[in-house]
Parts: sequence; structure tokens; C-alpha cells
Amino acid sequence: MSALRTVGTVAVSVFRESVRDKVLYNLVAFAVLLMAASYLIGQLTAGQDIKIIKDLGLAAIATFGLMIAVFIGIGLVWKEVERRSIYSLLSKPLSRAEFILGKYCGLGLTLVVNVLVMVVAWYVVLAYMATTVPAEVRASWPAPATDLGMLRAVGLILVELMLVTAIALFFSTFSSPFLSAGFTLGLWVVGHFNADLKNFEGVVDSRAAAWFAHGLYYVLPNFSAFDIKQQAVYAQAVPASYLATTALYGGVYIALLLTASVAVFSRRDFK
Amino acid sequence: MDAIRTEALTKHYSIGFWRPRPYLALEGLTLAVGQGEVFGFLGPNGAGKTTTLKLLMQLIYPTSGTARILGAPVGSAEVKRRIGYLPENPYFYDHLTAEELLEYFASLFGYGAAERRQRASRLLDEVGIGAERRLQLRKFSKGMLQRVGIAQALINDPEVVFFDEPMSGLDPLGRREIRQLILRLRDRGCTVFFSSHVLSDAEALCSRVAIVAKGRLVASGPLSEILAFQVHGWELVMSHVPGGALECALKDGRVLKALPLGPDRYALDLPLGTSPERLLADMTAAGAQLVSLNPLRETLEDFFVRQVAGAKTDRGLE
Repeated sequence: MSALRTVGTVAVSVFRESVRDKVLYNLVAFAVLLMAASYLIGQLTAGQDIKIIKDLGLAAIATFGLMIAVFIGIGLVWKEVERRSIYSLLSKPLSRAEFILGKYCGLGLTLVVNVLVMVVAWYVVLAYMATTVPAEVRASWPAPATDLGMLRAVGLILVELMLVTAIALFFSTFSSPFLSAGFTLGLWVVGHFNADLKNFEGVVDSRAAAWFAHGLYYVLPNFSAFDIKQQAVYAQAVPASYLATTALYGGVYIALLLTASVAVFSRRDFK
Repeated sequence: MDAIRTEALTKHYSIGFWRPRPYLALEGLTLAVGQGEVFGFLGPNGAGKTTTLKLLMQLIYPTSGTARILGAPVGSAEVKRRIGYLPENPYFYDHLTAEELLEYFASLFGYGAAERRQRASRLLDEVGIGAERRLQLRKFSKGMLQRVGIAQALINDPEVVFFDEPMSGLDPLGRREIRQLILRLRDRGCTVFFSSHVLSDAEALCSRVAIVAKGRLVASGPLSEILAFQVHGWELVMSHVPGGALECALKDGRVLKALPLGPDRYALDLPLGTSPERLLADMTAAGAQLVSLNPLRETLEDFFVRQVAGAKTDRGLE
């Protein structure tokens, strides 16, 4: 049996577990509810309704995706070890690397499906909104309500979520869920202010501190690079090369994290 | 080729956070199990049985020493395809049904959908899981989970199967069924390596046993040899025993103990050095009648207690 097929088998199992997990349904339902709430806010804000719905939609997709990535990601490996279900699993023809990759792909698949559901709900709300607005108002919008260009922002949100999942999974291979959640969310917050570290020498006098900050800039994930929500909402052009390099950056970071996860997990004793 | 072979297999842990101290979980285990054997790996709680099984499954890595299964290093994909493993107190994904779990494990061996279903169904029948197979495992009792655990260990028709406390959580009927299953596996040529602290299971099933205590191997060998070697006297059962003859035999030490079984009927314990034929002749001449004469062998429990009590107590390392 090929390694790819084994990874796929584990991934499908993770996806099935997520689907049977009621928390996941609640998150999706909540996201849909938020879309409805954004619609109501739009009703109260003359002329700004579509923009607010676009803003809130993207923010909700990112936030609920983040919750799923962190809170399911941190338990992916820990739960298996803690409940000892991993004992039977690893006695089968399944390497530890295939196990880790399968878990990652399974949660990735869950995220993709969830984001898709949220995006569909969001576009339905936007399409409905567009029908309630007079044609002359619609003509003044910089882009149509259901501008497909916004999917670029969704795409980068998805890459960001996959990166968050890889971080959560990495911590999950050796740490408790509580610590993993703390580390992952901490990195996510720091990663959104990462760009500031690059120009730290302008803020501090110490050369050492500036070099240290510079080093951190290259080591820590730069999550702000994935944020093109404003450009999407205002229909501003985002070069394809930027999208490609950012996605590549995310992919390389994910690959490094998965390699580290496999290295840590492969050496671990299950006492 | 041995089914299982370990050479000086050793596992030490560090315990304590601020001042870590080494702890000996298993020390220098050298063992060979032949193909087709039912091998009992015995020891009290905390003796190192589960540690040994985890080392054989490569769930933990040895501090030193080696282990091979069917001639190949443990943990290799080739070995995993040919073995089965039941962990102690198994836990499985409780959102799955028993059928789904077995089919999932079967898919890891690359079986097609039809074969997965067929194998899962056959094994669930074999371990006595009926209509409950379509219930989620979170609704299963401990004994039912144990049966599912045994079924998953056999999903690939393994050549060597490892059971860690297979009778745990089973009722008497379940224990008997699993004993019969182990004997059927033996008859099919499967090597069964099982750990237990229930000695009656080992006596009923094993051709050979090893006893571990406090991380060290204290005895191993064929059950018949271990126990036959330890004959420590005779038990002579007679009826119509005249009181005077019995009193005389007790007085001169040819009988150690006389246990009354009924009117004039006794079970007499004779020391090992005594000739039972001579006493039998004397008693028969006095009017007693022979019912039975048996050697008094040490039970596995006696042997086990003696070996375990003699094991070194210190598990720290110098």
C-alpha cells in the first residue's frame, strides 16, 4: 500500500471524526448566523451595508477557521496518545510520519470544507443584498457585491489556516492541549505584528536587540502577509506574483513544521 | 527462525523533574519464542510485561539491546504486516462502530472494500460481537471493547499475535471463549505471545512461559519442565484406614499430614524422600484400600510466588 494511500486513509478518518463532532457543526452554524447578523447591521448603515457584510464575512471566515484549526489541531495527536488509541494504530502498517501527515491532511480537509460552507453562505447573503439595492447605487460600488476577486483573500486565509494547523499539530506532538493552544495562539498574534520586527532598529538603540528582532522576523511566521482583506473589500488589485509568493512562503513554512513534527513524534516514547 | 527474539533488551526511564533519577523498567531481557508456540509472559503488576510489549511494537525505544520478530527488526513495515497486537485496556475511536473500526484498520493493510467488510464481519462473529457491531464504541462495555480489541489484532490473519492481558474485563464465559480462540490460533500455526498475571490462563494455554519481576527475567522454559521438576511429595488417598496404622505412620514421619475426607477415608501427604510403595503395602496389609496415588507438584502459582518473591527489589540504577 503506498504511503500516499495510507496518509489518505488516516485523513479520511480524521475528517469523519470532525464531521461527527457536534462542535464543528455548531461552528459552521454560528458562522452562518454571523452572516445573518452582518446583514442586519448592513440594514442600519446607509450606503455601507455591502462593505460591512464583505468585511464581516471575511473576518468571520478567518476567525471561525482559526478556532477550528487551533482547537482541533491541538488535540489531533495529544488525544490519540492520551487515550492510547495510538497503540493499536501504530502496530498496523502505518509509520509515524504517515500518521502525522494523515492527521494534518484530515484537518486540512475539514478546514477546506468548512471554509467552503462559510464562503457559500457569505456569497448567498451578498447576492441577496445586491438584489435589494437600486441599480444606481450598485453602479457606484467599486466592485459587484459577489465579486469573485474576494476569493483571493479567502485563498490566503485558507493558507494561513493551514499554517496555523501545522503549528498546532507541531505543539500537539509533545505538549498538552492547554500549552499547545497558548503557544499556537501566541505565535498567531506575534505573527500578525511580525512586520514591525523588521524595522526594529528604528525603535531601539541597542544593536543586539535590533539583530535579535531581525532574527525573529525571519524565524516567526509572518501572518500579516496573508491578510489582503482590505484590498478584497475595496476591490484593489493584488498582483498574482504576490499571491503566489505568499502561498509559497506558507507552503514552505508548513513543510518545515511538518518535518519538525515528524522528527519529534518519531523519537517519542509512548509510556 | 524464531517468531520472536530479544537480546539483552533494556529500557530505563528518567523519573522526577527537578532531580531526574533513572528507573529500570526492563533489564537485559533475552528471550526466544518459536513459531506456532503459545507463550505466556507472566509477572505481577509493574513487572515489565507491558514495557516489553511496547518495545516489541516500537511504541517505545530500547535503551539498549535488540528485538526481532520473524527475523526482521521490530517496527519495520514488513513486520507490521505480519503481526497483530492487543494493548492492555484498549481504547478505540468511540465515534466509530465496531464494524467501522475494523474496516478502518483493515484499510491500513490495503484490503479492498469487499474484503474489509468480510474480514470485519468474520472476526466480530468470532469474538462474539453480534448486532452491537453497529453501535458506536462509546456504548460498549469494557468486556465488549476487549473483544473488539482482540478482533482488530487479528484483522490481517497475523503470523504472530501479541495480547497484553487478553482476559482483562471478560466474564467467565468470555474468558473461556478467548481461551478457545487462542487455541484455534495455535492450531492454525499462529504464534501467540500473551502477557498475564492470571496463572490459570497460562497453565491452560501455554507451551512455554517466562516470568518477569521488577524488570528482570527470573525464569523461563516449558511449563512441563518448570513444574515437573518441582515435585515435592506424594498424595496417597485411602479408604478403610485403621486408626492405629495411621497413627503409627504419622509418628514415624512417613506421613506428614492426614486430611480426613470421610469416615475412615484420608488424603495422606508423604514427603518426597519416602517410598510410597512401602507405605502403601503396609497400609494395605493393615486393611486399608487404595483410592489414588499422585505426585504432589508445585503449581504455577507456587512457582510464580517463589520466583517473584526472590526478585531483587531495587529498580534504581547505580
